[in-house]
Amino acid sequence: MKKSLPPLVLLVVLVLFPLVVRDNYYQHLMILFLMWVVIGSGWNLIAGYTGQVSFGDAAFFGTGAYAAGLLSMHLGISAWWGMALGGFAAVAIGLPFGWICFRMRGAYFALATLALNEVMRNAATIAEGFTGGMVGILLMPTFVSKIPYYYIALALAAASIACVRIIASAKLGYYFVSIREDQDAAESLGIDTHFYKMVSLAFAAFWTGMAGTLYMNYMGFIDPSVVFSLHDISIMAILVGIVGGVGTVYGPAVGAFVMIAVQEFFRSGFFGFFQGLGDMTGISAFLSLSGLLKQGHVLGFGILVIVVILFLPNGIVGDWEKIRRKVFRLRPTGEGA
Amino acid sequence: MQVFLQVAVAGVLKGGLYALIGIGMTLIMGVMGIINLAHGQLMMVSMYVSYVLFSSLGIDPYLTLLVSMPALFLLGVVIQKFLLNPLMKAETILPENQVLMTVGIAMVLTEIIRFIFKSDYRSVTTSYSNATFFVGGISFSMALVIAFFIALAFTGAMFLFLVKTDLGRSIRATAQDKDAAVLMGVNTGRITVITFGLGAGLVAAAGTLLAPVFYIFPDIGGPFTAKAFIITILGGLGSTVGAIFGGVTLGLAESLGATYLGMDYENIIGMTIFVLVLLFLPGGFKRLTKV
Repeated sequence: MKKSLPPLVLLVVLVLFPLVVRDNYYQHLMILFLMWVVIGSGWNLIAGYTGQVSFGDAAFFGTGAYAAGLLSMHLGISAWWGMALGGFAAVAIGLPFGWICFRMRGAYFALATLALNEVMRNAATIAEGFTGGMVGILLMPTFVSKIPYYYIALALAAASIACVRIIASAKLGYYFVSIREDQDAAESLGIDTHFYKMVSLAFAAFWTGMAGTLYMNYMGFIDPSVVFSLHDISIMAILVGIVGGVGTVYGPAVGAFVMIAVQEFFRSGFFGFFQGLGDMTGISAFLSLSGLLKQGHVLGFGILVIVVILFLPNGIVGDWEKIRRKVFRLRPTGEGA
Repeated sequence: MQVFLQVAVAGVLKGGLYALIGIGMTLIMGVMGIINLAHGQLMMVSMYVSYVLFSSLGIDPYLTLLVSMPALFLLGVVIQKFLLNPLMKAETILPENQVLMTVGIAMVLTEIIRFIFKSDYRSVTTSYSNATFFVGGISFSMALVIAFFIALAFTGAMFLFLVKTDLGRSIRATAQDKDAAVLMGVNTGRITVITFGLGAGLVAAAGTLLAPVFYIFPDIGGPFTAKAFIITILGGLGSTVGAIFGGVTLGLAESLGATYLGMDYENIIGMTIFVLVLLFLPGGFKRLTKV
């Protein structure tokens, strides 16, 4: 009970958030954050728990987004129906892929997912008659206010975390972890590793696809280079996973928060701080610093990855004890004073 | 038939350079067992080194090899020594941390270059950039032919180095069995550093040789990283001969595909070959030739 208290408090805070903060900008950031929690949780299941690192999450994300977009484009029905279909469309892409590619291990599998990512993007670009090609799909947003989107995103994020949590404490989770730790040992204990890797991939693809449909409905515009982007989706999903902590239930949530914060920190030039400072004091150095920060958000990501891997290889949640010891100079819990 | 020959020639020439890229990658993969996802970005850096020397000092791009290769060798040494080797000891959940690290390095390299040079397209235009000559009705790009032969020379030199010298033998020993190599008195820590440096130096050569042919921009690295691992998988991990075959195969397939299927398919072809090879010939050409 004690362990589930902080997440519940956090959930209540998140439910109340849009009622307190009316600013569209912060609501937008929170929706993005919640979307990344969903994607991060999906990635965490396949990579963090099962140990099959995926470099191609965008393949599932894009499939989900296109499932929703194409429904509305070809059948003329609301893209919200994509919510019912998008996750399963991603699973439908993921399962045949997994059936073929899970014979490969470790880095080979990672490369195959990367290839899937590229193939999907190129396929969506070439099939112009069906997907609209580079023109993309444009939808009219259903709601003017951001609040409905916020609650839908929150529901998805909460559901994805609950899903990871239930799996992690069930037999299935132990199967996944055993595959990650030693596939041969798992096999020799009678675990059908090929089957359970597919199960894990199905969950991951489902949640990533759901995030894709949310993106389609919320943003109202997709094209292949946006939703099948290697850097903006696949690599970002990995960053969310490793910054937060692989193989932890709440890691992706922490990672998503940090990544969105860092992204906006750079994109807005320290939230306009240096811009304001420059305008106020009239010193042009602050203005150029603000400009540099705006350009450097990918550089910031890169440096963050290097620093996190070097010093916190298990992520913020995974290495929390280490952070407590080093930064706060506290002793690990349970040892006593 | 004329078209086919023309396309085949273009493909083989391009393939020679791909081979050079692939050898660097396959060395790193063989010795360290990691996929270097910053490989194309290292090549991009070397292209900029050549570009700067060419545009500011007017040095012929082929002479800048003397600068770009040592510079990238050093960069590779620094990356391996200070960023990748420390990860070997760390206890982590995911064994792929080193690969993720190279992703971070790739991002940092690309963005630093973008910071300095902006995203503009640059070109190294020499008198022979667009020159061609004809043999039996088939046109040969002068720049690509020169690059092809220099690439061949480097490939041959690398092969001799790996087979004949002590250091080369140590590298191959480390690739075959790290523990056994340590027992035989090979300083594997140093070997990994040298190998990464060599890999970076080779891809730097490819970058400089391609500088007169391609437009240079910060994002050019990504597609070449993809090509590099396709070549490596095609050829078989750690196989130098395989990398040469893989490079030429990819070059040919891309040229033929672009001509007979359409430009759109050029990228898909590489990826499709990659998946097919992983499925039906895991281990790549190495399995067929046993070299």
